[in-house]
Amino acid sequence: MAAAAETSSDRTLRNAFGGVLSFFILLLIGVLAFSIRLFSVIKYESVIHEFDPYFNYRVTQFLTKNGIYDFWNWFDDRTWYPLGRVIGGTVYPGLTLTAGTLWRILNSLNIPLSVETVCVFTAPIFSAFASWATYLLTKEVKGAGAGLTAAVLLAMVPSYISRSVAGSYDNEAVAIFALIITFYLYIKTLNTGSLFYATLNAIAYFYMVCSWGGYTFIINLIPMHVLLCIVTGRYSSRLYIAYAPLVVLGTLLASLVPVVGFNAVLTSEHFASFLVFIIIHVVALVYYIKGILSAKMFKVAVTLVVSIGLLVCCAVIAVLIALVASSPTMGWSGRSLSLLDPTYASKYIPIIASVSEHQPPTWPSYFMDINVLAFLVPAGIIACFLPLSDASSFAVLYIVTSVYFSGVMVRLMLVFAPAACIMSGIALSQAFDVFTRSIKFQLPGILGKSEFDAGDTSSSSVVAENDAAKPDKSEEKLKERPSRKNKKKEKELVEKASVEKTSTKSKIEKRLLVLPLEASVIALLLLVFLGAFYVVHCVWAAAEAYSAPSIVLTSHSHDGLHVFDDFREAYAWLRHNTEVDDKVASWWDYGYQTTAMANRTVIVDNNTWNNTHIATVGTAMSSPEKAAWEIFNSLDVKYVLVVFGGLVGYPSDDINKFLWMVRIGGGVFPHIKEPDYLRDGQYRIDSQATPTMLNCLMYKLSYYRFVDVDGKGFDRVRRTEIGKKYIKLTHFEEVFTTHHWMVRIYKLKPPRNRIRGKTKKSKTKTSATSSPRKSVATKKNPWH
Amino acid sequence: MARSTSKDAQALFHSLRSAYVATPSSLKIIDLYVGFAVFTAIIQVVYMAFVGSFPFNSFLSGVLSCVGTAVLAVCLRIQVNKENKEFKDLPPERAFADFVLCNLVLHLVIMNFLG
Repeated sequence: MAAAAETSSDRTLRNAFGGVLSFFILLLIGVLAFSIRLFSVIKYESVIHEFDPYFNYRVTQFLTKNGIYDFWNWFDDRTWYPLGRVIGGTVYPGLTLTAGTLWRILNSLNIPLSVETVCVFTAPIFSAFASWATYLLTKEVKGAGAGLTAAVLLAMVPSYISRSVAGSYDNEAVAIFALIITFYLYIKTLNTGSLFYATLNAIAYFYMVCSWGGYTFIINLIPMHVLLCIVTGRYSSRLYIAYAPLVVLGTLLASLVPVVGFNAVLTSEHFASFLVFIIIHVVALVYYIKGILSAKMFKVAVTLVVSIGLLVCCAVIAVLIALVASSPTMGWSGRSLSLLDPTYASKYIPIIASVSEHQPPTWPSYFMDINVLAFLVPAGIIACFLPLSDASSFAVLYIVTSVYFSGVMVRLMLVFAPAACIMSGIALSQAFDVFTRSIKFQLPGILGKSEFDAGDTSSSSVVAENDAAKPDKSEEKLKERPSRKNKKKEKELVEKASVEKTSTKSKIEKRLLVLPLEASVIALLLLVFLGAFYVVHCVWAAAEAYSAPSIVLTSHSHDGLHVFDDFREAYAWLRHNTEVDDKVASWWDYGYQTTAMANRTVIVDNNTWNNTHIATVGTAMSSPEKAAWEIFNSLDVKYVLVVFGGLVGYPSDDINKFLWMVRIGGGVFPHIKEPDYLRDGQYRIDSQATPTMLNCLMYKLSYYRFVDVDGKGFDRVRRTEIGKKYIKLTHFEEVFTTHHWMVRIYKLKPPRNRIRGKTKKSKTKTSATSSPRKSVATKKNPWH
Repeated sequence: MARSTSKDAQALFHSLRSAYVATPSSLKIIDLYVGFAVFTAIIQVVYMAFVGSFPFNSFLSGVLSCVGTAVLAVCLRIQVNKENKEFKDLPPERAFADFVLCNLVLHLVIMNFLG
């Protein structure tokens, strides 16, 4: 009796100790998640990355300067000239509001950080939050040990790092946190059946809707899980409490976000949730009636209630189908359709297909982005089935759907990564559990053969196990890399949990399968090795692969480090040398950067809401000079900006994107035909290129004066000599070319005097004497 | 066939009624509340069918407010039901507090959405 009391107090002490330990481990995981994302700041500088983050940064600046009400009503006249864009109604405000609030709080605490600094560090902060949320979610699914492992894995999974390094100020940075916390609260509600958590769940869902268009994943995944539970006969009243309030509250909250608005009840992405909402009510009614009736009467009732319920369901489905069929794209947005039918975008919407992150991923990218997790995931799925609970079935459903989505779009690898981390965390923790437990059962037999047999009284076996655990721990400590402190601690905790388990139900577990000592030690070693490999890969990915800000480029060569800061050079030139109201035309990739960094009005930008407008610019770029000049002039454009990588070998330049301009332009203006730009189906820029290609504006603007560099015009991206070397510009003039020629800015020449004969005459004259005047023109250029 | 069905239906109705009489009166009040909320929602939908859904946010918030209160009341009913073994640990006061909180959030959102 006394011994039992002692063990129970011992257990509570150990529980408390474990709680404190896991708190500190979580703290360290947060620090790890934050600091592993700082490579970009250390290696480059504290700067906003890429394209979309510049827009978000600009919106945040506006928000902090003008306040929330002006933000909702903001009509931006600097983009999409002459249309403009209603920013407040077309942007997912979660990220900007978060960063703006953060900035406001810091300022009210007298911590004077600039808006840019707050924006740069928002993503790392939220990735720490996301790893904590992963801990909570996995803890609900499979216990604290699995939770900690999953949190460590998520803190440094490369796929998530790629979207949340310091400076990558994009929606996904906060959305992944929102996604995981929403799932956690759903599972929590499902496990406890508390309305309080259901309310929190709806609010977390609201935050997710605010942050990212990916919220449709949640509002389809949760109904799928509910349906799965109902079909497999796992319906419980907790399921009702978890789901029904979420649909009502979530729909209302989602309609509050201006960019979603009535879409929350009108588009097909959300219909699944309403359908399941009706189904769960029918099912709930059936279960209720089953509860209050006798078995015989229930059989009678089933025929009546079910037939009525089916009738109602049929009516609702008919209404829904009628609604869906009445809209041309069946009520689905283009992006959702391209998810359901992977070939849809490439067939119908080139503008979605043209974005590289909307392409399907390649196999290496799986290995690059989730690394060893790919091998652990199946083990985790198996672990989820032993035993299958509501929570673990949700985890399985989550990973299955997200694997599919990540296979369709490389960008959605980001949704897959948390699921992979959760599964691998479960798998790893279960594996450690099994191995350490079998070691613990073997060791007393080896160490203390004389003293007692394996099957003794429970209290003495607890002591023996504790003794056995200690050398085991120290053994592991030796194998650990010193830098992986938190991982080590977490493993200790896993052991601790297993010690607890063995102490509480040691009698049952003695009968369980015990692996041989050598095998489990070797397996443990291998697992540690696997973890070490993962850590090394993640740190490498964070440091080398994913921390480049893409507006500042570096290259290592034999004569040292080269820094290409051409983009900011060009934008600064625009900012200081052009009028405030001048319009700059470029391909849409550079729209956000131009408005944010150069503060000039652009024609199209990365928010690709108007296909026709983009097609107009694409047409202009692929037209001959005169036609292009007319298009640009009609749009009031003063400057044209092209990105050219041929001198330094920067592969994602406008010539490589040019076929998309042709495709998108040709989609709206049929006189632009893709085959005109291809020689025998091949895209080439050398002397074999088609005349249409050689005379189009993009070609001319990219390669103008390029031959002067080395006398041959060798393009280092395409690895050929260019086809047309001496280019004469009649309607455009070069005003600025950056140091490494990566950005070239041209000005539209003013229209000539309207004497037709004279213009023609001068034209023929210039074309006749092309090469001698060429050199004169180059000398005139004051910048080179 | 039809006769036996109607007979069965009658028997069913009787047993349903006798079973329902046994439920505690507090649950009956909740049931009344749910019925009223659903009834109000139906009235609004019928009205919408006749008049049109022009201020769509008003219609939506009206209907969803009714449906929401009904759903939340059903949740409360599930939680305070003594026969439900799943919620033995949950005191009815806690369940009611959760219900009030959830309703508060719901109606704040609805007030915001009414326009």
